[in-house]
Amino acid sequence: MSTTMVAALNAALRDSLREDASVHVLGEDVGTLGGVFRVTDGLAAEFGAQRCLDTPLAEAGILGTAVGMAMYGLRPVVEMQFDAFAYPAFEQVVSHVAKMRNRTAGRMGLPITIRVPYGGGVGGVEHHSDSSEAYYAHTPGLHVVTPATVADSYGLLRSAIASDDPVVFLEPKRLYWSAADFSPADVSTAVVAPIGRAMVRRPGTSATLLTYGPSLPVCLEAAQAARSEGWDLAVVDLRSLVPFDDETVCAAVRATGRAVVVHEAAGFAGVGAEIAARVTERCFHHLAAPVLRVTGYDIPYPPPMLEKHHLPSVDRILDAVARLQWEQ
Amino acid sequence: MTVLDDSTAPGLVGPPNSHGPRRDPAPLLPDPEPVRILGTPAAKTFDAELQRDLYRRLVLGRRFNQQATTLTRQGRLAVYPASTGQEACQITAAMVLREPDWLFPSYRDTLAVVARGVRPLDALTLMRGHAHSGYDPYEHRIAPLSTPLATQAPHAVGLAHAARLRAAADPETAEDLVALALVGDGGTSEGDFHEALNFAGVLGAPVVFLVQNNGYAISVPLASQSAAPTLAHKAVGYGIAGRLVDGNDALAMHSVLSAAVEHARSGRGPVLVEAITYRLDAHTNADDATRYRSAAEVAAWRARDPLTLLEGHLRAAGLLDDAGVAAAAQAAEDLATEIRAQFDNPPDPDPDSLFAHVYAEPTSQLREQAAELAARLDADADAATAAEDEAR
Ligand SMILES: Cc1ncc(C[n+]2csc(CCOP(=O)(O)OP(=O)(O)O)c2C)c(N)n1
Ligand SMILES: [Mg+2]
Repeated sequence: MSTTMVAALNAALRDSLREDASVHVLGEDVGTLGGVFRVTDGLAAEFGAQRCLDTPLAEAGILGTAVGMAMYGLRPVVEMQFDAFAYPAFEQVVSHVAKMRNRTAGRMGLPITIRVPYGGGVGGVEHHSDSSEAYYAHTPGLHVVTPATVADSYGLLRSAIASDDPVVFLEPKRLYWSAADFSPADVSTAVVAPIGRAMVRRPGTSATLLTYGPSLPVCLEAAQAARSEGWDLAVVDLRSLVPFDDETVCAAVRATGRAVVVHEAAGFAGVGAEIAARVTERCFHHLAAPVLRVTGYDIPYPPPMLEKHHLPSVDRILDAVARLQWEQ
Repeated sequence: MTVLDDSTAPGLVGPPNSHGPRRDPAPLLPDPEPVRILGTPAAKTFDAELQRDLYRRLVLGRRFNQQATTLTRQGRLAVYPASTGQEACQITAAMVLREPDWLFPSYRDTLAVVARGVRPLDALTLMRGHAHSGYDPYEHRIAPLSTPLATQAPHAVGLAHAARLRAAADPETAEDLVALALVGDGGTSEGDFHEALNFAGVLGAPVVFLVQNNGYAISVPLASQSAAPTLAHKAVGYGIAGRLVDGNDALAMHSVLSAAVEHARSGRGPVLVEAITYRLDAHTNADDATRYRSAAEVAAWRARDPLTLLEGHLRAAGLLDDAGVAAAAQAAEDLATEIRAQFDNPPDPDPDSLFAHVYAEPTSQLREQAAELAARLDADADAATAAEDEAR
């Protein structure tokens, strides 16, 4: 059955709402309209306006209300309409969502899922294409996950909603309409619990590409193209930025001795910097070359007609692979 | 005094083509003058035992503020933002709540937390500095003291809304609860305050917002904070009833807050109460209030001390005599003694607690970091033992 990422996310929400009466969806336009990306399509009709609530247009208010709902034992699933429009909620996320369990010595956890459509490549005008993962990943107390495949978008969202900790769930909007042969009915419980586990999407022997979310398809394409250069590239899909799967990542890097981190967000102080540092600290004696990064430039997200220069491309990835000191 | 009634329910009064609900603002408007009961005929009909009870609690509250301030001078508290002069607000905020209700205090509201039944040591944990919060929020139905101003207000809305949802879904376990959020005058400028009012209005959540208007946000006077007619008027733009009350009149505070809480409980919508009061002490023990307010101003408010006002009224009404005053003073001394005893042993927070509650399960990274710190502390302890042996 061909399923899009949007449909898989929708199925995950529907199944969660059906199985657990404490799950409540809330956000801007999530009710009647079904969300601007239609991820919540049909949920208000099936579960009622209270379970899939159109809120006033105020992101801090949405998150703050969700905090109170979670305090009372509900499992709110909040939709932020776009990456850059989640910023008004940032204080609630940083000061309360992330810290409440810690502030109360473990007595009050907040099982909130914050869905954020993120990233570029969709021709969006400014404020519609930010990669905001580093802000969240730098905040202890949050889990930060991002699916890159249709199956993971279902499985990870189910896990996020079931988690007793707050999860920032970053949805690569560029992949919303990607499709794969997938049926939620086939999903085993093992697949529904992958938070914290990276996945090797392609084994390889020459070098390892470490990536996540919207950059996974680009890396797989680069790995395919690299074959004509005689390189056999491994590709690791991190899926979970927090918790970080050091084990899978280090094993994949040690196997090749070379690594390139790829993401859309600006490189400076980005998630890639953390990954490069971790890999260097843990795998130094297995490395034949420094860990390189292919990232967005350190600029505000460009206007749509220029974004192709900013986004990591197959060519930029292959150039980086070529720089991995092949001749000793 | 405008009586809270049903007229806050939505009704169309705009032109036929106007977009959705419009209502008559008149019932939402606060009275021009703050509600007062002390010194008015209404005081005569006010329950006598409740008046005495209020007096005793205010005396205890004042002693609590004094004792906590003393603890800062002794270095036993890192900081204490006293609510001296605001005890009528603090005490009644706790008193009007019933068991299922929730309190959402700000950093200045330790006294309200204690008045709702939390042990002083546990209420003061944040200020002592050995943990962020010392009480179980579910045991007492009190959120942790919130330092980022007004951020607790939307939590009150969400919790009250959730209780409504639960009640509708499962009448068996329904709790007719009210959430009371405490905010300062400065806090009413924060976006979270406004978003909370708006959400509360739209959701019809059973929430009461109590603004303790003590005239200052640290050093900034109200005139620099807001051009609103009163802070209670801020409710009206959100379709919420605004009420203005003399925050130093304990009887008026009790009466207005109880009415607001029961209004919200009965499903007639949220209420914003502005209590006009004054912080007699500095912002915290670290503040120098003489830099921004005059001695004359403080003296004028000292003459309106909520405790003095209540005591004078009770004595004049024949509800309190010297023996009653002495009994309350003795109870206050007992409380102070108890607090000092609770603070006798210096805290010894466990470093492992740093990592234990970041997530439900520590991540592998946190386990590594906890082990690293533990190993370092073990090594330090071994070195200290070795040094002692050497010295011996
Ligand atoms: C979001 C935020 N900004 C600034 C501060 C620093 N701060 C702490 S108390 C305070 C003044 C608060 O005034 P008000 O709301 O009137 O409460 P009061 O201190 O008078 O009780 C400020 C600015 C803070 N705690 N939170
Ligand atoms: Mg103030």
